Amino acid sequence: MKTSISRRAFLKVSGLTIAISATPFGYELLNASEKKEETLSGFKPNVWFEITPDNKVAITLGASEMGQGTHTALAMVIADELEADWKQIKVGHGPAAKEFKNPILNDQLTVASASVRAFYEPLRKAGAAGRAMLIKAAALTWNVPEGECKAEKGTVQHKKSGRSLTYGKLCLKAAKVEIPKDPPLKKESEFRYIGKPMLRLDIPEKVRGGAIFGLDFAAPNMEFAVFSRPPAYGAKPLSFDQKAAEGVKGVHKVVPGPQGIAVCAESLNAALKGRDALNVKWDKGTHPQLDNDFIEKSLMGDLEKPGAKVIEKGDTKKALSEASKRVEATYFVPFVAHVTMEPMNCTAYVRDGLCDVWVPTQGQLVAQLVASQVSGVPPEKVQIHTTFLGCGLGRRAAPDFVVDAVLVSKEVGKPVKVVWTREEDIKHDAFRAAMSHRIEAGIDDQGRVTGWSHKAVSGSIMKDIAPQAVQGGVDFMSLWGLVDFPGSPDNNRILYDIPNLYIEFLLSDLPIPVAPWRSVQNGPNAFVIESFIDELAHAAKKDPLEFRLQNLKTSMRASRVLETAAEKAGWGKSLAKGQGRGIAQHCCFGTYVAQVVDLSVNEKDGSVKVNRVVAAVDCGPVVNPNTIKAQIEGGVTIALSTALKEEVKFASGGVKSANFSDYGVIRMSEVPEIEVHIVESKESMGGIGEPGVPPTAPAVGNAIFSATGARIRRIPFTPERVLAAIKSKA
Amino acid sequence: MVSLNVNGKNYRVNVSDDVPLLWVIRDYLKLTGTKYGCGIGECGACTVHINGKAERSCTIPAKEAQGKKIVTIEGLPENHPVKKAWIENQVVQCGYCQPGVMMQVASLLSESPSPDADKIIGAMDHVICRCGTHARIRQGIKTAVQIVRKEGKRT
Repeated sequence: MKTSISRRAFLKVSGLTIAISATPFGYELLNASEKKEETLSGFKPNVWFEITPDNKVAITLGASEMGQGTHTALAMVIADELEADWKQIKVGHGPAAKEFKNPILNDQLTVASASVRAFYEPLRKAGAAGRAMLIKAAALTWNVPEGECKAEKGTVQHKKSGRSLTYGKLCLKAAKVEIPKDPPLKKESEFRYIGKPMLRLDIPEKVRGGAIFGLDFAAPNMEFAVFSRPPAYGAKPLSFDQKAAEGVKGVHKVVPGPQGIAVCAESLNAALKGRDALNVKWDKGTHPQLDNDFIEKSLMGDLEKPGAKVIEKGDTKKALSEASKRVEATYFVPFVAHVTMEPMNCTAYVRDGLCDVWVPTQGQLVAQLVASQVSGVPPEKVQIHTTFLGCGLGRRAAPDFVVDAVLVSKEVGKPVKVVWTREEDIKHDAFRAAMSHRIEAGIDDQGRVTGWSHKAVSGSIMKDIAPQAVQGGVDFMSLWGLVDFPGSPDNNRILYDIPNLYIEFLLSDLPIPVAPWRSVQNGPNAFVIESFIDELAHAAKKDPLEFRLQNLKTSMRASRVLETAAEKAGWGKSLAKGQGRGIAQHCCFGTYVAQVVDLSVNEKDGSVKVNRVVAAVDCGPVVNPNTIKAQIEGGVTIALSTALKEEVKFASGGVKSANFSDYGVIRMSEVPEIEVHIVESKESMGGIGEPGVPPTAPAVGNAIFSATGARIRRIPFTPERVLAAIKSKA
Repeated sequence: MVSLNVNGKNYRVNVSDDVPLLWVIRDYLKLTGTKYGCGIGECGACTVHINGKAERSCTIPAKEAQGKKIVTIEGLPENHPVKKAWIENQVVQCGYCQPGVMMQVASLLSESPSPDADKIIGAMDHVICRCGTHARIRQGIKTAVQIVRKEGKRT
């Protein structure tokens, strides 16, 4: 296949352009400065950067910027090895193209905290190649040996003669230099940007109010559309008043589709009024009895049914029967919504065999594919323009909002912006999967875990993403945190040294759609594992930190973050009455995080006030410590929100929660001081967007236990639930 | 027809009276820094200043804002202590809620240049951030207070 990027972008290029092509098996570099298309055919770049005569370095990336700082971090890696001046750097989103696949994911997706760790090494090599070519161009210009020339902050210098040329002046000559296959990299001590707390490139325009998110995009002659969507799962429209809707001033057309009925109008206000006038009557859907009680009973009831065996190591039955102590418990985690601050939206323009889509997306290729399927326009004629994302959290990897906009634009032949109201955004979310768990474990008289039998139930996250990957009733993404995909180096799994381990999984048949949600099921699974580990420590009469360290002998990285967090938090220091301190650790996407939570419990009303969270993180080599801290702070905060408040409410077969008025999320007064300590590490690089989330909820639960002696095996820890637990203990 | 004064400029917009101010600012005046987050005044992403006070533009009909001075994030000066503090502390993550957050803080500081913890919570509990920038928002407020003090003027 010819590359779709070459025609569109490289043709415009004049200067030195270096492209990187990465696959799961390795990567190669190319001097893509030649304008002739044939020189590029067959080469599939994942990232490219251009140095132009105006002395700018423009970097084009396939990964989406949603606040996680990936654009700045990737730019830092290139700029450092290229020895560019930071002021020269500009960075932007590239188009949808197979060539932009992330080699870890084998797709153009910004998920699984995978952008920086996938591209760190190839980008260093690409930057180094550019630097070598610019040095060679300077040496040729001055007719001096390359060894006498040195690159420094966007210039090449020849100290002996005192001469210096900027990259802008050198780029055309450098473009004719052959690209080195294996250019030498800088020593760590020579890093100018990597490892330094760099300011993010996207923040100034976001502070100015000028950054363009999906909802901010406007095309000439654009129309607005909103959908009336089924209020219950599987509900179908019985009737609707198309005439009344089309009679509303400013409404142009009613467009029925499989996902609902769209009203297209000259303004958003007119579209919303038209939607009211539609007066859709819906049937009761497929599960009219579904509500929160029904869900919890269904998932807990599924624990009694046989599941699929996922892991069987040793003889767990025997280990449990011979254990000096056995502990058994069941846990429940509810559905949680994404509620990204920017609700779902998309703008599309389908015409004359072309389709343009402007969208805040975490998955450009899937957006392109569905836009092609809905519009009938071949994929190579579908252009995906990625805007800034008003938070992603995994929700924006799905393409449902792209389908909406393309469908309506195709019908009306104009650019159409589809806006999801906040109510639609919550009611038609695919949630973080609710789960039920039963665990039985045994310990010996030394406090070592000897056997662990675990059963988990949840909906399938993979069934909509990669259905072929759900085999024998096992969905590894639903199990992330407990068990990882076979062969994965990311350690999304239970890390404790358990000689006899049995894990069983059952897919729930609830009709509620589920999707990845920041850290995916590492969040719920870590809540269960780390709460239960605390139960075992208590049964063994051991300090929770000591118990963990004793059973984590094979994971130095997990032990180190635990020790660091404990030390910084003052683990072991006494607490006032009514206060508690809890600890938890978890690894996901190759990064190890431990957290210590200090909190107060009001035993009269059950309210919990988290006073302080201390986190320690080992993500291997550090690119931007500023972003690492920000991501852990953000992860802790959103996880506190799930620990204390969040649970989607259901009624009459559909979602009852509608807006921030009845779907509570964390507010300023509930956010404690958060301390982040980065553990120096030469281990392999992990991700950073998600690993801050999993340890928080169990550390809160463990701290509530430390304060009150009440073990709560279900989040959120609402005052009612905490009060009930304190009372039932007494 | 609605007449509005936004960021010192007068506009006449042909919309029905009941259209929320938010949509007029965004879709007609093309000042898209002010965001839609909930439509019911719960999240604060749409916060603008009306006659110097932080208000939720999603719940105010455009006609009610006639004859008043409206300031959006684009109208807050580049060298405003809050904007400076937000960059210095790298408060922003995705950035979608931050224009509203910054307008809320700017209004808070103009009312009380040195707000205590209760005042800060009183103002900031009414804006939502989903990325979890709360701790840095508090840091940003501290810095902005210091800048105001150093520059010796009210915001």
